[in-house]
Amino acid sequence: MDWIVPLILTVITASTPLLLSATGELITEKSGVLNLGVEGMMLIGAITGFAVTVSTGSAIIGIIAAAIAGMAIALIFAFLTLTLMANQVATGLALTIFGVGFSALVGSGFVGFAIEPLPSLHIPFISDIPVIGPILFGQDFLVYLSIFMVIASGWFLTKTRAGLILKAVGDSHESAHAIGYNVIGIRYMATLFGGAMSGLAGAYLSLVYTPMWAENMTAGRGWIALALVVFATWRPGRLLAGAYMFGCISVLQLHAQSAGINVPSQFMSMLPYLATVIVLVIISSDQTKIRLNAPACIGKAFRPAQ
Amino acid sequence: MIRLEPRRHHSQKMVYLSPLLAIVLTLISGAIIFAFMGKDPIEALYTFFIMPINNAYGIGELFVKGTPLVIIAIGLAMGFRANVWNIGAEGQLTMGAIFGGALALAFYDSTSVFLLPGMFVMAAIGGAFWGAIPAWLRTRFNANEILTSLMLTYVATLFLSYLVYGPWRNPEGFNFPESRAFPNAALLPIIYDGTRVHLGAVFALLIVAGGWVLLTKSVVGFQLRVVGQAPQAARHVGFRQKRMVWFTLLLSGGLSGLAGMFEVAGPIGQLQPSISPGYGFTAIIVAFLGRLHPIGILFAGLVISLTYLGGELAQISLGLPSAVTGLFQGILLFFLLGCDVLTKYRIRFGSASKSGEPA
Repeated sequence: MDWIVPLILTVITASTPLLLSATGELITEKSGVLNLGVEGMMLIGAITGFAVTVSTGSAIIGIIAAAIAGMAIALIFAFLTLTLMANQVATGLALTIFGVGFSALVGSGFVGFAIEPLPSLHIPFISDIPVIGPILFGQDFLVYLSIFMVIASGWFLTKTRAGLILKAVGDSHESAHAIGYNVIGIRYMATLFGGAMSGLAGAYLSLVYTPMWAENMTAGRGWIALALVVFATWRPGRLLAGAYMFGCISVLQLHAQSAGINVPSQFMSMLPYLATVIVLVIISSDQTKIRLNAPACIGKAFRPAQ
Repeated sequence: MIRLEPRRHHSQKMVYLSPLLAIVLTLISGAIIFAFMGKDPIEALYTFFIMPINNAYGIGELFVKGTPLVIIAIGLAMGFRANVWNIGAEGQLTMGAIFGGALALAFYDSTSVFLLPGMFVMAAIGGAFWGAIPAWLRTRFNANEILTSLMLTYVATLFLSYLVYGPWRNPEGFNFPESRAFPNAALLPIIYDGTRVHLGAVFALLIVAGGWVLLTKSVVGFQLRVVGQAPQAARHVGFRQKRMVWFTLLLSGGLSGLAGMFEVAGPIGQLQPSISPGYGFTAIIVAFLGRLHPIGILFAGLVISLTYLGGELAQISLGLPSAVTGLFQGILLFFLLGCDVLTKYRIRFGSASKSGEPA
């Protein structure tokens, strides 16, 4: 049973970036904004986190910088879609194209650099308990943050006044505006939160998961995070389950070879993408479920009447 | 205070001015970025946008790279007009190359004149097949085509990688991950000596013409515009959204597949793990820059093609990373989307006026 602890540890590392970015996107979408640029924001977070960590020698500064970079790029998206009312789908795609180019440009000077991995929690004795010690008490702080944020998001959306306002804005911007809420302002904040979380997710990839910088290193994880939000039918609890399920699938390909499963590696690498399609199909075919949970105003521009 | 005031009608002038404005703003940003990277901005811009096309070969390259961009963008634009967001053109391109390439490799010692036409058909089928999957998933299961078409791109790329590393690897090669070289009968003829411009460029022009006819002269083109602009009205008059999803995904898939085959039967000449520098994604920018209109797309394709050439040259002569190309393309799309606000709104300074604008 020696292999089980390392296996669970790799699942956690694979799931954390998905969970971070999907939590951010869930809040963004709940406010009625569809930001398809998660992949681009993650890449920018990844290179910023890595470059700043290499330059300053501090992973903490790198992680903070990654979150800020994610917010900065999300701000461009927010300005274009919320202030200038550009099409959200097209702008999200632009964000991803820009993120790929920008990160590759900045990253070209950081290929091949090595960094210290992020320190993990270590509580004497407790972290040394067999099995549950390393799994529950031996992670780096971003893992705990990702779990905390998804739980906090669930609490925020259902138990707080601010969360209810956010949902109201996403479900009916006209009524929310009529009651006197600042629809655009709230959407700006939700979009920036999504950007920060995607930035963190990217930093997790370049600082913990690999840890190094490579062009396009997100490899579609931003898009999988978007699919996870649909899979979770916009509910944080299901998001947690979904992210870990996808973590398991992506780890499967790494362990299939050693388990003696003789399938060409490319087919194993297809698994997360095929799983995403299958999961989308299963969830989307239940139209009532989607309609009950999807923010009614998602993707629609709002212009307050003057 | 700066406000946006809605126009009564969309400004036709701004529809055409907006791309030009976006290009100018991108050039200015480019100069700033080059200066920031320690290069002389004027020299860098000259290297990027003028030097690539100051000779016949360079102008030829403009068409070589423009060909796949224009062909793919024509198909995508039809979908975007009807609110069908196929962003998996890169995967459909790959599938077209695989299907077309399969025929070339199966008859690798053939000299038949029917080989190339056969590859055309296969490539269109391959691309359309890859586009049909998201169409089926959307119409049958309501699954979002943006996500499914993109996921299938990764699947197609991995499948191509499997083929060239595995069963289709050149048995007479040196174990490189690449297929046999295509036979001459499977290669697109060069149409202008001294350049790499191939028959595909002619087809790109035909597809532009066909797209124009489809959009402006046919009932389908009218339906595309109505479904996109007024889905409610379209339902009332009995246009079927599902049929539009099928039509646009099959069309854009087939065209992307054709573009992929043109690449492997044109400049590349064999199958290898990477057959496109992201043409399928860049074509999205081409479609928007060309105002989702075939004629506009033709010009936009050449503009974007230039950014690829400039990036390559800047890498060689200025030592800039080739990623500058992607950055420019992203910035251009940002500016374009931003400038497009001017087609629907005018910018007003000062406080709101009650009178509104004269009609």
